[in-house]
Amino acid sequence: MNELTTSLGQRNPVAIAFFFGFVLVTLGITYWAARKTKTTSEFYAAGRSITGAQNGLALAGDFMSAASFLGIAGLVATSGYDGLIYSVGYLVGWPIVMFLIAEPLRNLGKYSFADVVAFRLKQRPVRTAAATASVVTVLFYLTAQMVGAGTLIQLMFGLPFEWALIGVGVLMIAYVLFGGMLATTWVQIIKAVLLLGGATLLALLALSHFGWSYANLFDAVAQKSEGKLLEPVISKVATSPLDIVSLSISLMFGTAGLPHILMRFYTVPDAKEARKSVFYATGWIGYFYILTFTIGYAAAALVPASYLAPQDKGGLTNNMAAPLLSEILGGATWGAPLLGFLCAVAFATILAVVAGLTLAGTAAISHDIYVGVIRRGESSPEGEVKVARAATIGLGILAILLGFLFKTVNVAFMVGLAFAVAASANFPALLLSIFWKPFTTRGAVASIVVGLLAAVVLIVLSPTVWEDVFHFAKGSAPFGMKNPALFSMLAAFATGIIVSLMGSEPEAAEMFEDEKLRTYLGVGAE
Amino acid sequence: MSTQHAHRALLQDPEFVQLTKSKNRISTVLTSVMLLAYFGFVFLLAFQRELLSAKVMGSATLGIPIGIGVILLAWILTGVYVRWANKNYDEAVARIKAKAEAL
Repeated sequence: MNELTTSLGQRNPVAIAFFFGFVLVTLGITYWAARKTKTTSEFYAAGRSITGAQNGLALAGDFMSAASFLGIAGLVATSGYDGLIYSVGYLVGWPIVMFLIAEPLRNLGKYSFADVVAFRLKQRPVRTAAATASVVTVLFYLTAQMVGAGTLIQLMFGLPFEWALIGVGVLMIAYVLFGGMLATTWVQIIKAVLLLGGATLLALLALSHFGWSYANLFDAVAQKSEGKLLEPVISKVATSPLDIVSLSISLMFGTAGLPHILMRFYTVPDAKEARKSVFYATGWIGYFYILTFTIGYAAAALVPASYLAPQDKGGLTNNMAAPLLSEILGGATWGAPLLGFLCAVAFATILAVVAGLTLAGTAAISHDIYVGVIRRGESSPEGEVKVARAATIGLGILAILLGFLFKTVNVAFMVGLAFAVAASANFPALLLSIFWKPFTTRGAVASIVVGLLAAVVLIVLSPTVWEDVFHFAKGSAPFGMKNPALFSMLAAFATGIIVSLMGSEPEAAEMFEDEKLRTYLGVGAE
Repeated sequence: MSTQHAHRALLQDPEFVQLTKSKNRISTVLTSVMLLAYFGFVFLLAFQRELLSAKVMGSATLGIPIGIGVILLAWILTGVYVRWANKNYDEAVARIKAKAEAL
């Protein structure tokens, strides 16, 4: 069967109905949240009212973006095993967060991860550096999600890219502006439940098609692809063994440096709930990747090859593999409705993630830079919330503009960039600040700056940008690897350590001892 | 006792010192296990591709159960940590805090 009648790209009444239903429910939640969101604690941290189990779903929701659902399933469908490599890499950062980051972060900080980095150091320089790195990370991730959103909606609903972008932008601004963290958390939870439900349904349908046997599924894939899709041939995501290691480092440690993820740890009452959140989140995300793996291979086996041709510039993936599979498995009666449901869920997913990202960027601007740096820590809570709301609007508009500007960019590449920056600029400083007594203000600032610059510069000098974007000769890229994390993260650690050792800061070292009561026991935590 | 004084006393309390040591120990151990498992997997990907391509269960390759295994291990390790924390850590924290109140 090489022909496929698909309703993709046409007005799908089921999709539109689900989509409007979702928007209505979430706007209702935003209204409810708005009446409860007056203080900074409510705006940034949902009044610490989220439980571990709820936060686990919200965290998982932040991770299970449309890019990972459609993108990874699509990657498995077109490139096979490569998709599993990404899945494993994205997941293994979470145990690291659990063992090293979650509890100290919740105990030491108030609303943002810059709180923790700057805890015992000089506030203004460190907050400036950390907040800037946060905003850069957020902007890369946000641009990728916005472009992905526009493209997806265009593919799924036939709406023009520009209108899709503006629609997403306006809704995202509304959620954050009026509902703050309370709204974004609950939108994220609902979307996580819908996404997990939809993906489970699709995976179950796929498995039942193959007689509930993975062996049959793999046989079918082997037949269709002459065994190629099952083999670990990593040619597309990395150029060499060293590159694979670098990619792996970026995926694993980037997770522990993503501002919008770290920010969610402040929505729970204490460190114990923070720890619970990670356990649930890891479980849900792991389960989700097993689902996308199943869905991707089922799509590889059932969707005609011509429909699985890579769509993006990098030739990596096809975002429509999972939706097309749903149409096939749904059959004549349920195909279009199932497709519609999945498209609406994918759209909901995008909305929830961009809202969370915008809030993280807003926190960096208003809590870290405005209050921490400009006002030197003194500002009325009402004033801070006002600035936060203004920042939300500004950031939202910027996100829409960036979406227009980078319309043709490779979305997976930009997300990879965000992870590389998070692993290099954010994670080393955070880890050293929590665990290493001799860490100084200069060390922190240097580490963040070096990590940020190294990651960005090395990526500009890498084949993806040097050859594909700037159109220099193939093979001429000064930095041969696609992923800089191996070098940029190590450079950031080395810089932080060397600069700290070059000039001591006794007050910071003394505070390290004193703050132990807060780090380990939560005494004095907010 | 002034709060500063009590603070300092608590920092030197042997039970507290023991708590920080055991927390750091389990964090290090579990992190190392995860790093070993994951980078072991990455090493295989980079240098032992033929091994991972060996056929198992019909058409599947060895790489598949190994990859899925790493995913499951990641979750299990977080579970191990939570179990340890619920059983040992929280109790000790409560005891130490109670001591601090009594001071």
